[in-house]
Amino acid sequence: MWIYEKKLEIPVRVSAPNPRLAKYVITQYGGPEGELSAALRYLNMRYSMPTNRAKGVLTDIGTEEMAHMEIVATLVYKLVEGASLEAIKAADLGAHYADHDRSLYWVNAAGVPWVAAYVSATGDPIADMHENLAAEQKARAVYENLLCLSDDPLVNDTLRWLREREVVHFQRFGETLMHLQEYMNSKQVF
Amino acid sequence: MTTTNQAQQLIQIQQFQFAAVELNLFLDTHPNDQQVLALYNQVHQELLNCVRIYEQSFGPLLNYGYSPAPRNYWAWAETPWPWELKY
Repeated sequence: MWIYEKKLEIPVRVSAPNPRLAKYVITQYGGPEGELSAALRYLNMRYSMPTNRAKGVLTDIGTEEMAHMEIVATLVYKLVEGASLEAIKAADLGAHYADHDRSLYWVNAAGVPWVAAYVSATGDPIADMHENLAAEQKARAVYENLLCLSDDPLVNDTLRWLREREVVHFQRFGETLMHLQEYMNSKQVF
Repeated sequence: MTTTNQAQQLIQIQQFQFAAVELNLFLDTHPNDQQVLALYNQVHQELLNCVRIYEQSFGPLLNYGYSPAPRNYWAWAETPWPWELKY
């Protein structure tokens, strides 16, 4: 069960409509290292975890990733809201407009739709927790790429905050990996 | 009731909740840290107080029974949605 809170995790502001930047930022909505991939990866992985602590970490970080998906959605919404059709075409978002108008869709920066293959689950707790550590680092790297591409200081504030969350999640998953290794090593019956 | 005033009160909730999220994740992997447990309980109280005050002016923040509906109409859908709020 999930409860909806009618607010964002942090305030999200943009300086002005900027469809070019929206086209880049949307990859953290529906790209391989995006927040949808993260939320589904962690929440799905809970069922094959052997310890309550690992289930708890995955539940809480997976839930926070859903909040981050809403933050990225709001960024894209605000960057496209009020943009003229001419500006959308000039920003190379005409192809997106043809299929989706100004609505959101789970795509990467090149417009490729989200696929479940972005998410992995082997059922091996050690392999899966390493997957999460890699995912957090890749998401951090993508936020840094976006910061290099962005020319909006208010958008940068949000991107920097999201980047820092990847670092904290990496830390918590690292601690969870050590806890899982201790548990696996102490198991008497295999 | 101005959006700006609403946004200011929301920011206070967002600050307390962010502290709660951080402490929650930390406690997930450090369940016996007494100092952080005490801080978490403190933040929990502050957060609940802020939410209660906010809801009196701006309507329900949570759905499915976690916020009261004290008015004579269902206000849930009528207040600004998160992506539409101007900060």
